[in-house]
Amino acid sequence: MAAIIEKIITTDEIKTDEYLVNIGPQHPSTHGVLRLLTKLEGEIVHNVEPHIGYIHSGIEKMTEALSYPQIVHLTDRMDYLSAHMNNEAVCLCVENALQVEVPERVKYIRTIFDELQRLASHQLWWCASGMDLGALTAFFYGLRDREDILDIFEETCGARLTLNYSVPGGVMFDIHPNFQKNVKAFITKFRKKLPEYDKLLTDNIIFQNRTKGIGILSKEDAIAYGVTGPSGRASGFSCDVRKHHPYSAYPYIKFDEKMGTEGDSFTRWKLRMDEMWESMNIIEQLIDNIPEGDFAVKMKGVIKLPEGEFYQRVETARGEFGVYIVSDGKKNPYRVKFRSPGFSNLFTINHIAKGWKIADLVAIMATFDLVIPDIDR
Amino acid sequence: MTNEQLIAHLTSAYPDANVKQGNQYPEITVSHDKAHALMVHLKSDASLAFDYLVCESGVDYPAFIQVVYHLESTMHRHFIVVKTNTENRETATLETVSDIWPTAEFHECEIYDLLGVTFNNHPGLRRYFLDDTWGHPLRKDFKDDIHVVER
Repeated sequence: MAAIIEKIITTDEIKTDEYLVNIGPQHPSTHGVLRLLTKLEGEIVHNVEPHIGYIHSGIEKMTEALSYPQIVHLTDRMDYLSAHMNNEAVCLCVENALQVEVPERVKYIRTIFDELQRLASHQLWWCASGMDLGALTAFFYGLRDREDILDIFEETCGARLTLNYSVPGGVMFDIHPNFQKNVKAFITKFRKKLPEYDKLLTDNIIFQNRTKGIGILSKEDAIAYGVTGPSGRASGFSCDVRKHHPYSAYPYIKFDEKMGTEGDSFTRWKLRMDEMWESMNIIEQLIDNIPEGDFAVKMKGVIKLPEGEFYQRVETARGEFGVYIVSDGKKNPYRVKFRSPGFSNLFTINHIAKGWKIADLVAIMATFDLVIPDIDR
Repeated sequence: MTNEQLIAHLTSAYPDANVKQGNQYPEITVSHDKAHALMVHLKSDASLAFDYLVCESGVDYPAFIQVVYHLESTMHRHFIVVKTNTENRETATLETVSDIWPTAEFHECEIYDLLGVTFNNHPGLRRYFLDDTWGHPLRKDFKDDIHVVER
């Protein structure tokens, strides 16, 4: 039967017309309000045109009327799963512009928070993309373990998702007395849990058939399209900002930049799993060595940046996040541009998904780990 | 190349462009009619090899709109900022660089949408975030009478 259907499809006798299908803006696999205008012939994707802007909130315009400490609070509304990294990017940019040296303690705390945030983000990515591919059990496992990290965040800074923990000059509060103990307990626990993730999905033959060899992105295309983060590194594009332009406590620690070569959906998947192990290694190197000292330096009541242009890059869970501030010497910026990783990553979809089936498009979307507010800003 | 070597190299190759050391990175400002040729050279020259367009942003100034390109070389790991200005604000037009770096196609659509810069030879210039009833919000003279209440 399958052979007959195959024959009918491949011969020219029965040929369907191309037709357009809207995937989204309310569709579970788009992970938010994103619309993909797909041109299909049967099941084969011929063209994908992403339409964005459904939750464009004009953050860049808003920043022009706000002071720098206020801007920090807006940034975690963009990529809410990498909230701390986004906050940190603006703080680092302001600190570098004013040439403020933050205490060592702040650098350590920020880096530990970065990596905890990366773990939480990858856990949510893991469980949500498992759900995209039809494995609902993954969703419960991921959210269960993510809860522990959110509890640690809540204990120290009161917030679970939009942390607002970094401020220009340091962090808002000192860490909770239980912080180190709880982080270590979490790592011990999660080291046992992570192999379960592999057993549940990575080693699953159905899952492997859905992702292996699907949606290949070459290294050249990854660079040309500016695909960063785990998605870019899976194609062999060495783009880890933590490694190439280290900030905060990253210069003090030893860690590997996980790389892949295949560039298919499975490699992107595997790479994020490996990154979770690496994040735990980074936290373990730092957690016992947090130096004593202040948790912030005293900044002026009104922060004014010197005239000029400043650019700061950090590595979020999704890739390279950049803040470009043009200052005219006033208390609010002249122009702020956020280079969000999701924006560049999303628009490779058309290039990658062409010629694959519509179910593969979902697998590609899942392994790209898109967060829509990050794209729309 | 170090920043000093980059500046020396670019100053000798482009005597009419303005090359200087910025706050962090070398900056080169070039007129809009020479920008495309310069950027083709920045990518194709083996000693420069700027193959990764990190960020492309537009800034509205009183007399012109400036488009800023942050470029990195994945081979040599050096970084440069290229700036070019449109002739005026009313008919702001530039040459596209999406033929050099495909990612520019999407950044340029964003700049077209929010700042109203038209890019020549662009494969598919369209508004990403807003519909046609809007002006260009990131321009400084943009007034939104409906959503913004002045006190």
